[in-house]
Parts: sequence; structure tokens; C-alpha cells
Amino acid sequence: MTTVAQKPAEPYEVVRVQVPKRSLNSELRAIKIVWRRELIRFVNDRMRIVTSLVQPFLFLFVLGGGLQQLASAGTHGVDLKTFIYPGILCMTVMFTAMFSAASIVWDREFGFLREMMVAPVRRSSIVIGKCLGGATVAAFQGVIVLAIAGLVHVPYSVGLILGALGLQLLLAFAITAFGLAVAIRIKQMQSFMGVMQMIVMPMYFISGAMFPAQGLPTWLTVLNRVDPLAYAVDPMRRLVFSHLNISPIARHVLDPGLSWWGWQMPALLEAAVVLVLGLGLLVVAIWEFSRTE
Amino acid sequence: MQDAHEPAISVSNLVKRFGDFEAVKGVSFEVGAAEVFGFLGPNGAGKSTTINMLCTLLKPSSGQATVAGHDVVLERDDVRRNIGLVFQDPTLDGYLTAAQNLKLHAELYGVPNNLVAPRMEQVLRMVGLWDRKDGQVMMFSGGMRRRLEIARGLMHSPRVLFLDEPTIGLDPQTRRSIWTYIRELQEREEITIFMTTHYMDEAEWCDRIAIMDKGEIVALDSPQKLKAGVGADRVSIQTDDDEAAIEALRERFGIEARISEGAVTFGVEGGEQFVPRLFAEFDPSRNPGSPAIRGVSVSRPTLDDVFMSFTGSTIRDAEEDPAKHRNRVMMQMMGGGARR
Repeated sequence: MTTVAQKPAEPYEVVRVQVPKRSLNSELRAIKIVWRRELIRFVNDRMRIVTSLVQPFLFLFVLGGGLQQLASAGTHGVDLKTFIYPGILCMTVMFTAMFSAASIVWDREFGFLREMMVAPVRRSSIVIGKCLGGATVAAFQGVIVLAIAGLVHVPYSVGLILGALGLQLLLAFAITAFGLAVAIRIKQMQSFMGVMQMIVMPMYFISGAMFPAQGLPTWLTVLNRVDPLAYAVDPMRRLVFSHLNISPIARHVLDPGLSWWGWQMPALLEAAVVLVLGLGLLVVAIWEFSRTE
Repeated sequence: MQDAHEPAISVSNLVKRFGDFEAVKGVSFEVGAAEVFGFLGPNGAGKSTTINMLCTLLKPSSGQATVAGHDVVLERDDVRRNIGLVFQDPTLDGYLTAAQNLKLHAELYGVPNNLVAPRMEQVLRMVGLWDRKDGQVMMFSGGMRRRLEIARGLMHSPRVLFLDEPTIGLDPQTRRSIWTYIRELQEREEITIFMTTHYMDEAEWCDRIAIMDKGEIVALDSPQKLKAGVGADRVSIQTDDDEAAIEALRERFGIEARISEGAVTFGVEGGEQFVPRLFAEFDPSRNPGSPAIRGVSVSRPTLDDVFMSFTGSTIRDAEEDPAKHRNRVMMQMMGGGARR
């Protein structure tokens, strides 16, 4: 009966487990472990940490540094890199959050999603855990870009760092929720990446991350004002610029703020728009996730 | 809570339709507590569909089923807390270690905190993976992954463990060792095991098996009784003209034979005594034009024969693509013709 492959059973004691009824506590545990899984995977995947920083650094130093020669007249003495820095802070978070959302497509392809789907917990707990995990990971990535503020003449101040971190968390949360709502419908990684490129890149360019959102052609102004990302980029820029020591005219040109028919939106309201959108997308994602078998 | 005499699984008239297609056509059966119960049948017989309904992954079209005393439709969560699942396809997170995979499962199932570590040690020791607990699952072999999945399915001490083709794609040695774990587990944990397989030899490990074909249960009993029920020995002969041989067997012995796995096969009482008679009848000097016999084998009934007696084909034949089957018959005919 015995063969070589058969290991003799190791001695062990039988430990019996009684699984308790579902409760709020069990849902919180589920959220926490799904969140922690995202972090563990992120930390284990050093390649991802590096690759997701390539694009922001490319934009900041290559594009920013290169275009500086052309733009110096228009920026009124402000380094172009300093100008686009708030946009880069948003960009880092965006792409990392997207990748986090994409992991649900991986999970499906590799079967792990099923392990979570059959667990005796609410689907919403899984989605919330994923969303928080994605936001945390993205914000961590954002900290790395925050750390290089000095290289682009942005001062290190507690208010700026905390504020930027808060905005990054908020944006990462909203983008992860959006990514999840899309990812749940998509079965293949390639199509997900395609869809995200098609939606996220235009959204990023239109948001005004790379240019001031004023004096644009009408069509672009309209698109800019309906682009949700603009409401994350603008408060970030205002926050960064409030810590810069620059001429009033440069401030006026480079940091015009978002306005609707001449009415200047307060930064807090803009942040609230992102929050509400994020929550709305989270609800959509939960709803979609609960429907699938 | 149920007592020990109540069945672990009880199914009555369970039906699943996908559009017009009836994948499961009203099956009924019971599985006792601490029993190892096997579902046997070719791919597409409805085994996985049935198991998915019992695991609450699919809603039945009609009929009823209770698992561990809970209705699979009305008390989905209660069923899920009381069952462990090992799927046909892997569902581990390769980026995590073995221990992290189990920990994640324990958290999702709400295993009490103080029991997570000791229970993890137990299940990992049980499948012989304790010394690999900090290894990344990505680096594990197919057999190790399957064992880890079994260990994970046991983390929350389920009353019923469902295994959907637990040994598919594994080499024979690993298959055997997995079966040893399963049997040992069943003894130590007093757990009910419900599994599907399409390996006939594996069904011998079960206490009882149900043979499923085309969405119906065609037989249900212990492997020994099922084999005893077939009675006759199985004779298969290789000839240079199978069709003529089948014809000759029908005319001279009144035996209905059929081609299975490339040989003319039939059941007969006292197989060894039958062989000399067969050669005598097929002797060309006595009966000119008899097909020449190139080989004979006689065997005691196996579960393959049981399957054949209930479904009219072996499990491998039933799984073959009809077109492929047709091609093979054609090639045999052509090959046979050329040799003559």
C-alpha cells in the first residue's frame, strides 16, 4: 500500500473549530484581511513599486525639464516642474490605484476570486477591503513622490504633506472604486488594461494636470469641468501653490482654480465632489459584485 | 444542530436546467455522517453541476437539498460555514505563503483568533506541509498545492468536505498519497467527504459511490456490491475483423459484444473456461472465414464494467469526442483491410 511519495503522517493534535454566526465583527475581520492581502502583495512585489514610479518621474523630469525651455515665458519665473508637480502627485496615485483594481481581474483569472466569493461574508466586505487596500497602497506610492518635493523647489511643510496625503488617499480611493466597478465586469486582463487606458489617459490629460484650466478653447473647458479628475488636481495644486513664494501674477496665471460661470469653487467642495463620486462608485461596485454568481 | 444519525447530505429531486438543456435531471440520494461518498461519471455527466448546487454556488432549478442540516437555498450562509471546498481549478493566491493563504481563509470564515494558529499547525501537519508553511505558493508543485487546498478547506472544521476532482492532473503517486490523506482525515476528524472523480480506480476508496450519466444517477451502492452485481467476467479479444467477430459471437454463442477501447468486449460467466471454446469455434479449419484472434484478455469485474453495464460504454469511451471515435473506427477498418 505504501509508496515512496507517501509521507508518514506527522503527529498532530486535532483542534476543533466552531465557526460563529455572521456578525459585524466577522465582516470587519473580512475587510481587514482583504485589505492586508493587498498590502502584503504590494510589499512582496518590488517590481511593481518601481515600475509604477517610472511614468510619473518621466513626466516630471523629462517632459517637465524639456518643455521648460519653451514655457519659461509663460510660467513667470516658476519652474515648469514645480507647476506640474501637483499633477504628478495625482498621477502616481491614479496609476497605482488602477493596478490595485486590476488585481480583481487577476484574482478571477487565477481562481482566487472564488475563494473569496464562497466565504460566508458579505460581498460588500470584500469590495470595501479591496478598495481600502488599493487606496492605502496608492497613497504609500504617493509618499515616495512627495518625498522628492525638494527637487522641484516645493518646500517640505507639515501642512502640505498631510494635506497632499489626504488628497491622495481620497483620489486613490475614488479611482480604485472606479477601477473595481469596471474590473468586475471584465474577464480578461488585456481588455481591462485597454479600457483603463482609454478612459484614464484622456481623463488625466483633460483634468488640467499639465496646464492651467483657464483660457482654454470652449470645448476643452467644458470637458475639463465635467472631468472628475479635475476636482482632485485643482485642490492639490492650490495646496502646493499656497506653500510657494511666487509673484501674484504667476499665481494668477498658473493657479486659476476651477470656476463655474465666474464662481470660484472652494477647494473643500472640490474634495467633497471626489469623495461623493468615490462613494457612489463604491456602491456601484458592490452592487455589481453582489449580482455575480 | 443535528445528531449523528441525521444524514450529512440529503437531496431530493434536484434539477438544474441551463436554458433548454437539463444538466441534472432530478437526482435524489442521501449521504450519511462520516461517510466517503463518490460521484462517478464522465465529463459532462452533471457531477460538477450537482456539487455546485450542494455548495450553494448554483441555484437549483427545482428540488431540494440540505447539507449539514441546512437548506442550500434558504440557509446559504449556514451551509457555507459548515462546508469546506476544494475546487477542480486552483484557488490559491500564489503570491502569498502557505500560512498566509490559510490565515486569510481563517479570517474570512471567522475562525476564533486563539484557534487560528493551532488549527493551522494541525491541518498543515496533516497534509505534510508544516515545514513548508512559509514557502510562497507559487513555488509549490501541483500535488503540494492540492494538499494545501485540502488543508485550507479544513481550516474552519467543516462538517462536510467537498472535493471536485481532487486528483485531476496529478501523477499516480501523488494521487495515491492524496487519497491516503483523505482517508486518514475522515477517520480523525469524523468528517463527511463528498467527492467527484472520473478515475474508476479511485472510486474504490469510497464507502459508497453513485454513478452518474447524462444527468441521472444510474447506480448507487458500495463499490464491492456494485461489482458483485455485474457477476460475469469481462473478456476482450483483439481480432483482425472486429465486425465479423461481433457477428460470429452473436451467431455461435448468442453473446452481445461491443467494441470498447479498441477491442471486442463482452461479459460471460466463467471467462477462463470460455476461452478454449472460443478458439475452437473460431478455428479457420473448422469454420472457414472466421476472423483471426490476435489476443485475449479475461478480467474480474471492475468498476469500469459496472459503469459499462449501467451506461453501455466505458467511462473513457463516453468521454471521447464522437468524431474522434469515428476516425478511430475508420482507421481500424482500413488497417485491418490492408493486413489481410
